[in-house]
Amino acid sequence: MSEPRACPDCLRRSRLLAHLAPYIERVATGAPGSRSPELLRLSSESLAAAVAPKIAGQVLAQVAAVPEARLAADLLAAQCWACCRHDSRYPVGLRDAADAPWALIGRGDPALLERLEPEGTVTVVGARRASAYGREVARELGRELTAAGILVVSGLAFGIDACAHRGALDAGTTVAVLGCGADVAYPASHRSLWRRICERGLVVSELPPGTGAWRWTFPARNRIMAALAAMTVVVEAAQRSGSLITADLAADLGRDLGAVPGPVNSRGSAGANELLAGGACLVRDAQDVLDAMLGPGVRLAERAGPELEPKLLAALAAVERGGETCDAVAAQLDLSGAEAASALATLEALGYVSCSMVGAYSRTLLRAPGV
Amino acid sequence: MVSVLATAQTFSLDGIAARPVRVEVDVHRGLPAFSVVGLPDAAVREARERVRAALVNCGFEFPLRRIVANLAPASLRKAGPGMDLAIAVALLTASAQLDLERLPRLALVGELALDGSVRPVPGVLAIAEAARERGVEAIVVPAENGPEAALAGEIGVIGLESLAQVAALASGDWAPQRPQPMPLRLSRGEGGPDLADLRGQRHLRYALEVTAAGGHSLLVVGPPGAGKSLAASRLPSILPPLVAAEALEVARIASACGRLDEAAPGGRPFRAPHHTVSPAGLVGGGNPPNPGEATLAHRGVLFLDELCEFRRDALEALRAPLETGWVAIARAGSWRHLPCRFMLIAAANPCPCGRGDADPECSCAPQAVRRYQARLSGALADRIDVLAAIRQPSAEEIGGPPGESSAAVRLRVSAARERQERRLGPGRSNAEMTPGEVRECALDEGAASLLADSYARRRLSGRAHDRVLRLAQTVADLAGSETIGREQMAQALQLRRRDQE
Repeated sequence: MSEPRACPDCLRRSRLLAHLAPYIERVATGAPGSRSPELLRLSSESLAAAVAPKIAGQVLAQVAAVPEARLAADLLAAQCWACCRHDSRYPVGLRDAADAPWALIGRGDPALLERLEPEGTVTVVGARRASAYGREVARELGRELTAAGILVVSGLAFGIDACAHRGALDAGTTVAVLGCGADVAYPASHRSLWRRICERGLVVSELPPGTGAWRWTFPARNRIMAALAAMTVVVEAAQRSGSLITADLAADLGRDLGAVPGPVNSRGSAGANELLAGGACLVRDAQDVLDAMLGPGVRLAERAGPELEPKLLAALAAVERGGETCDAVAAQLDLSGAEAASALATLEALGYVSCSMVGAYSRTLLRAPGV
Repeated sequence: MVSVLATAQTFSLDGIAARPVRVEVDVHRGLPAFSVVGLPDAAVREARERVRAALVNCGFEFPLRRIVANLAPASLRKAGPGMDLAIAVALLTASAQLDLERLPRLALVGELALDGSVRPVPGVLAIAEAARERGVEAIVVPAENGPEAALAGEIGVIGLESLAQVAALASGDWAPQRPQPMPLRLSRGEGGPDLADLRGQRHLRYALEVTAAGGHSLLVVGPPGAGKSLAASRLPSILPPLVAAEALEVARIASACGRLDEAAPGGRPFRAPHHTVSPAGLVGGGNPPNPGEATLAHRGVLFLDELCEFRRDALEALRAPLETGWVAIARAGSWRHLPCRFMLIAAANPCPCGRGDADPECSCAPQAVRRYQARLSGALADRIDVLAAIRQPSAEEIGGPPGESSAAVRLRVSAARERQERRLGPGRSNAEMTPGEVRECALDEGAASLLADSYARRRLSGRAHDRVLRLAQTVADLAGSETIGREQMAQALQLRRRDQE
């Protein structure tokens, strides 16, 4: 298979966005997030005139003057490739969107572009400030969906995004859509995750290599994520979360929307619960996503753990009731500290619970047999 | 008579060790002057004024001649006011106002007040021991320090209240009584802080017991006010009592740091430095080097509350001492080796606001939590074995019956320590097992398979593997079992400190 290609005009468009980034930032941040995708619908000339009327002509001329060889050389230097809307490998899902990027600049395996069809792709988004529950669900969704042959797309952000990517990498590959250049690991502490995705998956962006992140680039990135997949699953989102922008954009494109229910008293899950109240598909596990996308019938292998003796079942129930620490479990079940410790360690070894570095236990998604 | 020379023996404190110093006083004709030579620090140089006033106020005459006091060896830096008494006595001898026949066989330490009374000085125990080793017949100390000096054993002790008593001593008018050695208590005994005060907190109690039994180190994570500090301060009370030699070591260090009063309750020390402590304050330092908190906690407990707030360099400095049990401080021209075999207890909040991730009230940004918790896996935290996560006790628990008392827990801890000493040798605990000894731990089948399971799930690093085995051995020792069973291995796995994922 040949390399994906991009025509110089489309590449110049992405350079223009990078040049205009600070001006778009000024215009777009009035109402957080909402206006940038609309701006991006504009032609290059009107965009420049709208955001930076004084220097529009100068910027346009400057971008038009960039030689073709330079465009290619810049991509090569950043170990990136580009695929524009005129190329046959340009993801089909993006063609539905009026404000779709002219070119995708990618790093990693270009062969994945072929697989990036909405029918086989799910976007998983959620809060950066995620609870242990949200992280566990996102990771499990990423893993199970990937294992079932679905391509998982997310945004490499903290929290849910990173967990979805990690889960997907456990079982195969994943696609990250960035709000900065594809060669920029942002956030910086996700550098190793970014590198793993570059090696085993695909990182794409509409911005040229080396571009930093701006506030407006995140909603802009969200529209790409929404368009790439037939279904967007929101794992954990507060009332005014960026994940809800992705959900809105997906709904606008007529894509399916799913949400994972959260505790009703948690502010961090209010947005996701509201989506459910508004008719989004209820997502409890990867099976629910598969049912929604492919219709009922495609079954995942049931994953249930080994048999548990009554004492361990009681401890498991205590963790499920919110007993976070070993001490809480001991107090609930009236066990000694040693007994509770032994029960929890056994449950952890069997994969029923996990423990954070500050000693907080949370339930994994592994089902107990006969429960 | 052109010039007259007299000498007296004294000691200068150097860290926690006493170095012998010979005071030579020369009185000869010339313009009246009084100088002190031989690398004195400011306090020693000021001895001139104190000695002059003390002599006059005790009815002696201050010779109007040229006086030189030399402190030998000249290369040793002398610090502190403890040499006043020796300078005064040597001066009295040189000016023929005193004829103390035993002077060559005596050592003298003490600070002089302007009225001639003799004030207590730090480090008398170390000085008395050094004097005994050098074969000094008797040591003259401030009366207040008498009981402390008497701890040194085979050496005469003369407690002096005033410089005037020196004359009485010389004339034979006064025969001093040997002071009673101060009592050295091996444990804090009844009435001190007791583990019974810790209500609820079953897991923390258990973690404390295992920590104490194996000489491990413990990290307590929990919200403010849940009882972290309370629990830490109870740890000394469940440790086995000191043996006499250890108690003497503790007293020697406390005395050298001028903190013998604080150590008066006896037993194992408990030090809780504030988190703003500097590296020098924590492990010792300065010029000349002084012992730090780590040395003061020798044979006891060092408690670092708010571990994440400590200066990174201070914690880094604590790393090597924690492993070796010694602090080595090198300075231009001097080198110190200070003992610091302590148990480390650290406490931290689960996130910057202290409520913890799961609490809906917690408003910490995810990056802030990550940064905060990253500090829990720093170089020092890597050397901590046990993690205890605690929560706010409920009203019933706080109002409930008191927990098990320290004495009851101490019995089990002492029994476990005895098993370890039989296996590893005297004074050693499981926490100090070498990798070779760790391999010799006897595991039964269930324990081995559980450990292998956890290891295979990549939830354990190689280092954590050994840590778990050490802990499991301690749990087995507490249970009085020869081999490590499955149950005990599970408990050790639960107790181990987690690394960042």
